[in-house]
Amino acid sequence: MDRRDFLRFSALVPFAVGVSGLARAASAWAERRLLVLVELKGGNDGLNTVVPYADPRYAELRPRLAIPRDQVLRISEQAGLHPSLAALHPAWEAGQLAVVQGVGYPDPNLSHFRSIEIWDTASRSNEYLDEGWLARAFERSPCPASYAADGVVVGTGGMGPLAGRSARSIALASPEQFVRNARLARPEPARAGRNAALAHILRVENEVLASAERLHAGRAFATQFPQGPFGYAAGTAAQLAANPAGIAVVRLSLGSFDTHANQQGVHANLLRQLGEGLASLRSALVEIGRWDSTLVATYAEFGRRPRENDSGGTDHGTASAHFVLGGAVRGGLYGAPPALDRLDGNGNPPHAVDFRAYYATVLERWWNIDSRDVLGGRFRPLELVKT
Amino acid sequence: MRIPIAILALLAPLAAGAVPIGYDGARHLLDRAGFGATDAEIREYAALDRREAVDRLLAGARTEALTPPPAFVHEPFVPVRELRAMAKNDPKAFRGEIVRQGLELRAWWIGEMLATPSPLTERMTLFWHNHFATSQQKVKLAQLMYRQNVLLRREALGNFGALLHGVAKDPAMLIYLDNARSRREAPNENFAREVMELFTLGVGHYGERDVKEAARAFTGFSLDPDTGAYRYRPFFHDPGEKTVLGVSGRLDGDQVIDILLARPETARFVAAKLWREFVSPTPDEAVVERWAAVFRGAHYEVKPLLRAIFLSDAFWDPANRASLVKSPVDLVVGTLRTFDVHPADLRPAAVACAAFGQNLFAPPNVKGWPGGDAWIDTATLLGRKEFVDRVFRGSAFMESLSAPDDGGMRQAGMQAQAAPGPGARLERLMEVGMGSYTFNAARWSRSLGATRDPAELDRLVLAADPADPVPAGLDAAARVRALASDPVYQLK
Repeated sequence: MDRRDFLRFSALVPFAVGVSGLARAASAWAERRLLVLVELKGGNDGLNTVVPYADPRYAELRPRLAIPRDQVLRISEQAGLHPSLAALHPAWEAGQLAVVQGVGYPDPNLSHFRSIEIWDTASRSNEYLDEGWLARAFERSPCPASYAADGVVVGTGGMGPLAGRSARSIALASPEQFVRNARLARPEPARAGRNAALAHILRVENEVLASAERLHAGRAFATQFPQGPFGYAAGTAAQLAANPAGIAVVRLSLGSFDTHANQQGVHANLLRQLGEGLASLRSALVEIGRWDSTLVATYAEFGRRPRENDSGGTDHGTASAHFVLGGAVRGGLYGAPPALDRLDGNGNPPHAVDFRAYYATVLERWWNIDSRDVLGGRFRPLELVKT
Repeated sequence: MRIPIAILALLAPLAAGAVPIGYDGARHLLDRAGFGATDAEIREYAALDRREAVDRLLAGARTEALTPPPAFVHEPFVPVRELRAMAKNDPKAFRGEIVRQGLELRAWWIGEMLATPSPLTERMTLFWHNHFATSQQKVKLAQLMYRQNVLLRREALGNFGALLHGVAKDPAMLIYLDNARSRREAPNENFAREVMELFTLGVGHYGERDVKEAARAFTGFSLDPDTGAYRYRPFFHDPGEKTVLGVSGRLDGDQVIDILLARPETARFVAAKLWREFVSPTPDEAVVERWAAVFRGAHYEVKPLLRAIFLSDAFWDPANRASLVKSPVDLVVGTLRTFDVHPADLRPAAVACAAFGQNLFAPPNVKGWPGGDAWIDTATLLGRKEFVDRVFRGSAFMESLSAPDDGGMRQAGMQAQAAPGPGARLERLMEVGMGSYTFNAARWSRSLGATRDPAELDRLVLAADPADPVPAGLDAAARVRALASDPVYQLK
């Protein structure tokens, strides 16, 4: 029995106190608010998402791709949202949208695969970790045993920040389908894997069974979810948020944002899907009284290079802008505008907010989990959650 | 003199390597080198020794597909200007046609995997598709995806150097990694980076400066917009001095590729990837190093490398049996082949592979499918079990695939353009098409021929002992069903 099992087991025994970590863990069990992560796969162009329209260098760097000043949705004297994000504007007006500019990390890696691995595992640029940062967090501070799952990944594409041997996480396309098919997994917990591959399959079967009995689907919403896969995923996220047994994390993804060529139309379309999908999620969660206990946060492996390329696109960049939304969010601008006058040798801007500070905000301010061991250091959280 | 000869003849099979590989060995070789195997095929190979079996596999390699490709590949290429106009005038019809052709192409390839006398050729074609990952989601034109597939098959067991040079000028790749539009005024780094990181050296064996210099060298590798064929554009090309990995000169793209082929990391990178493809998830560095030496010594000929792999002790080590997770294609094609299921329409098989995370002609990104344990999460495991269940029992399989998620029907129809139209059409297709995916126990049992101990079926169906005990007293059909639903069926 490892510590995690022990904690779960102990929870069934009301008077089993005495382990030092138990009391601290128990306080977190009282409530673990929902986190919805949205991965912008392929590296979103932060500069055309949160546009520094007042910076003359922006138009210089982007003769073809710059969003005209009179088209941005202004959120400050310097910054404006891409016009395709109009659906997010009401959340901004309501003071429920935090725009975090310049999220990145030192010594940035420009490979998609390595950089998303860095983001998923919250490692340093030159450090290789196996486990996702959320899996590590839940290892130290387990979710309540009554939860349906620690995390749910909607769709395919890997477990990302929830990857790890100890996380109780599942991937599904829709809760209905998941529950219906769970009968095909066989409840034989005693089986031992003869090799790593078999052990993995047996573990996944057990996760299916453990979660299926606690997932309920079919909540009806008045909210209309947009057509298309991301709108459908937003609807699934709303279903999961409404699930009677708790879920700590839902991960959605949208992409590909890897716009090396002909960026304009593709990017506008993706941002429209993002804005409309998140707006529908907000509306659905307000409907069921869950919006104040939900934090939605975007992330991506990197932003894109400020200077547009010759193919009407942008190459791999570094620091980028991200969105945090929720009923408990203190709306406004965080971080710092892109320093277009201080581009590095590859033509990319320095970061203003370490992505681990972004994560520390979730761990410390949203869940009250000590982030130091999880993130391999002390990072100062952003004060974007209302207290 | 007769007696010693007789004794020698008796002893000969005992010499190393000359022992028949037997039923289990033949099953292992054919399953790993192809996609499943029938009982009859296994019996044919069982009497051969390792060398005979491997030589026979390699001798059967093909350079062209057996089955005729979809008719659209022979239609004249529509010039890019006209394509743009079509996409603009009627975007819905344009997208619909791209989706239709893409699905037809996927079904054709799966059909080739089922029909080919050389499954190894298709496995290697798929291996290179994953290595030189290119997605129709960006390339759009199914004709160009087909042309790339032809190139990958031509060199599947041919020459890696020729393949790499060919891929650098392949129209689908030129679009996918943006080199077609890369010009000397602003070189696009996408292909230059991935050719080092993912196609040859691997991460850590080049620097950012090498990427930038190589990108300059690759300028000019472009497309003819009227034919969709490769065209060198001298006005795009940067003819200046460049330095890539310490080699300087007025380099062009082909010279950069030769620089990459001259590096020892390249053979090592490919050999290690083939270990993970054919042997186990954990390469033995010393063995990989030996294979890499064989590969380079053979000037990147693929057959000598595969021969070394298939004759290695690591390949035959019982500890490595059932150590690899079946890919969706392994599972779907392998099931149909092994159990002699002949669907009338293979589009549902292509959609099923996509739903389980392997949408042919549309890998998730240029790194290809991550594979291994990543094939299996709760969503894909349930989908795979449902597919197998459907084949052996018949169930509401089509219904589940029609859930409008981005991992199922619509992904096969290219998720970026997902809309109710193609989704609903595919749904109907699945309902009609999956009808012929049912296992015919009576016919299959007859194909086994001689009466067999039911327990012997275990060795055909599974790569190792089942994880769960199979109830005693089942007839052959019921026993096969039980075995196919065992977790070990997900392994090869």
